[in-house]
Amino acid sequence: MSTYDRSMALTGQPPKTITRNQKLATLVGMFGLAVMLLAAFNVSFPNKTLWLTISLSALFSGILWFSWEAYSQKLPGIKNDGVWFKSISSKGLWGWMAGIALTGFYIILYFYPEYLGLASKGGNKGVIALFDPLSKALSGNPASQWFVYGTLYTVAILAFGVKFLWKYRHNRYERLRTFSVMFFQTAFAFIIPELMARLNGDKLLNGGSLPYYDLKNVWPLNYYNFEGYRIKGFLSSGDIGFALLIFGILSIFVITPILTYKYGKRWYCSWVCGCGGLAETAGDSFRQLSDKSVKAWRIERWVVHSVVVFVTLMTTAVIYSYLGTDTSKYWLTKSTFLIGVATLLTLVFGWVMLFKREQLQKDAQYGAIGYFVIIMALIGFHFFSGEGHVFLFKSETLRKSYSFLIGSIFSGVIGTGFYPIFGNRVWCRFGCPMAAILGFQQRLFSRFRITTNGGQCISCGNCSTYCEMGIDVRAYAQKGENIVRSSCVGCGICSAVCPRGVLKLENGPQKGRIDSNQVLLGNDVDLMDLVNQK
Amino acid sequence: MENIVIIGNGIAGVTAARHIRKLSNKRIIIISAETDHFFSRTALMYVYMGHMKFEHIQPFEDWFWEKNRIELVRGYVTQVNPKEKKLTIDNVSSLHYDKLIIATGSKPNKFGWPGQDLHGVQGLYSKQDLDLLEVNAPNKEACKRAVIVGGGLIGIELAEMLRSRDIPVTFLVRETSFWNGVLPSGESQMINEHILEHHIDLRLGTNLKEIVSDENGRVKSVIIADTNEEIPCNLVGLTAGVTPNIDFLKDSGIELGRGVKVNRFLETNIKDIYAIGDCAEQHQAIGNRRPIEAVWYTGRMMGETLAQTICGNRIAYNPGHWFNSAKFLDIEYQTYGWVFSERRKAAHEMHFHWRHPEEKICITIAFHQDSRQFLGINTFGIRMRHEVFDRWLSEERTVDFVLEHLADANFDPEFYKKHESGIVSKYNADYGTSIKPKKKSLKRIFQIA
Ligand SMILES: Cc1cc2nc3c(=O)[nH]c(=O)nc-3n(C[C@H](O)[C@H](O)[C@H](O)COP(=O)(O)OP(=O)(O)OC[C@H]3O[C@@H](n4cnc5c(N)ncnc54)[C@H](O)[C@@H]3O)c2cc1C
Ligand code: SF4
Ligand code: SF4
Repeated sequence: MSTYDRSMALTGQPPKTITRNQKLATLVGMFGLAVMLLAAFNVSFPNKTLWLTISLSALFSGILWFSWEAYSQKLPGIKNDGVWFKSISSKGLWGWMAGIALTGFYIILYFYPEYLGLASKGGNKGVIALFDPLSKALSGNPASQWFVYGTLYTVAILAFGVKFLWKYRHNRYERLRTFSVMFFQTAFAFIIPELMARLNGDKLLNGGSLPYYDLKNVWPLNYYNFEGYRIKGFLSSGDIGFALLIFGILSIFVITPILTYKYGKRWYCSWVCGCGGLAETAGDSFRQLSDKSVKAWRIERWVVHSVVVFVTLMTTAVIYSYLGTDTSKYWLTKSTFLIGVATLLTLVFGWVMLFKREQLQKDAQYGAIGYFVIIMALIGFHFFSGEGHVFLFKSETLRKSYSFLIGSIFSGVIGTGFYPIFGNRVWCRFGCPMAAILGFQQRLFSRFRITTNGGQCISCGNCSTYCEMGIDVRAYAQKGENIVRSSCVGCGICSAVCPRGVLKLENGPQKGRIDSNQVLLGNDVDLMDLVNQK
Repeated sequence: MENIVIIGNGIAGVTAARHIRKLSNKRIIIISAETDHFFSRTALMYVYMGHMKFEHIQPFEDWFWEKNRIELVRGYVTQVNPKEKKLTIDNVSSLHYDKLIIATGSKPNKFGWPGQDLHGVQGLYSKQDLDLLEVNAPNKEACKRAVIVGGGLIGIELAEMLRSRDIPVTFLVRETSFWNGVLPSGESQMINEHILEHHIDLRLGTNLKEIVSDENGRVKSVIIADTNEEIPCNLVGLTAGVTPNIDFLKDSGIELGRGVKVNRFLETNIKDIYAIGDCAEQHQAIGNRRPIEAVWYTGRMMGETLAQTICGNRIAYNPGHWFNSAKFLDIEYQTYGWVFSERRKAAHEMHFHWRHPEEKICITIAFHQDSRQFLGINTFGIRMRHEVFDRWLSEERTVDFVLEHLADANFDPEFYKKHESGIVSKYNADYGTSIKPKKKSLKRIFQIA
């Protein structure tokens, strides 16, 4: 339609326009970025502490001011006016430019940190050096590219978090959830690990040094958690180190399933997780860009489950590679470990196939069978092919390709860089193995569902459009079905934007959770019975 | 194979088609003049406001129709010939049917105002109306002021749409308070206030006298009855209700009133011709319902019912308890059962009204004066659970029971502030009762033993 703006014009008409103050706010924010950019080009700032403070504050206040201008004069309520007219949020020119800029940043960050000023010998230069004062204040060490990234990441979640809080100020679920991600990012991802680094070498750790550990990151999201150097780190750090290692294992097998059973995977994906936190705050303006087609859903299921298989294989291989063979030295040997993995997988697989089969989509069933066969074949293969390397691969090669393909390219470059093109949850939807495992639990044994309110749906499509996970919520709601989808992160936005109050995220009894009504409430009860019995 | 032809691809026609497909192998053809594919009429406003693109308000992907063997024909049916069981499309091609379903919906009312056909005067019903609105009111430079005539649900939607582009809006409402033919006064009053909060120039108790043309046949201003005040404007939105869209059936022999007359089986006077949705008029109103119900849900429920009849299981249209919903700018409204306005309610219908001291939240519960039977509830700014109210209505609960268990019916998102205690204490004060609100119980809500 004629009103879709593909140009970069910031002028024009409401609701497309931004106010004069918003333009000024943008300038302030850009100034903050410009300081960093100049630093990156090795403009040396005399007083690093001062300039870093100026830069970060400018960034922060630019975003806050912009948001205040956008929402403060408006009454509480849904604020989606003009979303599809604005170039930035409708894949217009601004959207593409932002996407390219972000992608470029990620490529430099992951693969060319020296351009940011990372120096292996001697002091840091460039923008990394600019962050040295803050890093030293926290951990006592000079900054790295990851510190720079972590700081910017936290600033983004906090500043855009405030924007989100204003935007959804009428909705307490959204507000609480946002406070939660802001807290977990700042405390758990940013400050605590830095402070933990201060303990390294301390008596408390028996002189050992802990690996960098963001406690809220659970395997397989932190796919590296059980690599040899980390295990050594944990084990060398006394009781605290050992406790952390146990915590890491418990969070996979005990904490996560229990919480997901009670609340659905949302407890993690949209209340705790840092990737989710960035997607929900900085990425909020792009949630409508996710692909809702059935085709995209099919691709999603194949891709994300392949990543799970990949990460399982890779982790198994990595752990395997540093285990010994002698039972007298340590109870866990190469063989016991592999047998353990095989038993666990068989148990899970058997349970699903015996009790939960109907809950799976057809292709998910085929997929599960396929994957199961592959893994079993590989493990079997191992026992026949003897020692040396695991399965057919070198574990190191597996680890490297995983961290390159999934850890860097998928989660960073595509996942975040492409926010303005594919939407804000591309990584969470197509790539995150953690989300897939939690989703599996959510679909099969959780109390969580999105209840559809009888016959009230008017098929308007707001819910589907604003679902960042590309779930066609309307397809269920207009049939009176509850939404029980493994990919749902429970962000609650579908419920928020529904103009008819049709959707409610809630935890309830499992009986009748996945129901499928052919005829909706409001019609003759006999007819409902008649059509609903299939 | 039997040939089922459906005129109209709105919710009524499409629901009928989908259910006929589920139940049978019959050939299904849907004819529509408006768009190639089904879209949600209720969501037109969101396209103009930029919340969605037009493609988003189409509930099914384009491949859906072919996959389900539902044939789509784009064209206007100009004539129906029941004797030969034939239709004429766009005056030329003709199509045979074995069974015909008329689901042609409505069109906006025009009451013969002088100037009602000028350029810049339009209703809001069809996709074409939406496109026209982009021409008439693309922004606040081209449209310096808009006047909306008719204070109903579509009128307030149009006002919200125009305000999203910062276009000044004057809203002419004939009634003395917004929609008070339907809403009890407390609620209507709260909506009045909310309309003003959105900087809409609300003119209550005001009638349109005339729409004035400029030299090019475009609207220049409107003149208000009684005061003769002239309001310059570039757009006049006519939103004073809708009538069935059935002019093309005039000489067909099908019995017409305001709509296509149907019996409880949705059959017209001619065998094998049925009518559903907005365009169907019941010979006899069902319960408190009106003979013509121009709402989304009715179209859907009629479609579900008729599919059964067409597929050999003849059953009557027998809607359950009334429910509806709407949104007035930022305030969501839901209703279950019957709550009538002061103008229409019977003598025995009592109202309990509660309004939040600060926020725009209120409810009204209707009950029978003598039996205290719960009759219905209107809620504004609180979501309620359809299933629970449907159950309570069937079980003929008393108003006291409803208040005691109100928490079970709450459907607001988690962590929202609860209002039950405020509501119940107001009720206790009004009626000298001492009800204690019960805590929400999942067992009761989900009916598990
Ligand atoms: C802006 C707006 C907002 C609304 N909001 C709500 C709401 O929130 N809740 C609610 O319950 N209801 C709402 N309604 C009412 C609701 O949309 C209608 O009741 C419903 O769409 C009627 O569906 P239908 O299938 O009967 O007819 P329609 O949707 O009108 O479909 C009929 C179709 O038939 C076509 N047609 C007509 N004559 C011919 C012919 N001779 N040949 C070929 N094609 C023909 C028409 O072009 C049209 O495409 C709203 C209506 C509007 C306009
Ligand atoms: S279905 Fe709703 S709650 Fe779940 S991810 Fe989509 S928008 Fe969020
Ligand atoms: S937003 Fe609400 S009314 Fe609209 S399609 Fe979704 S559930 Fe239905």
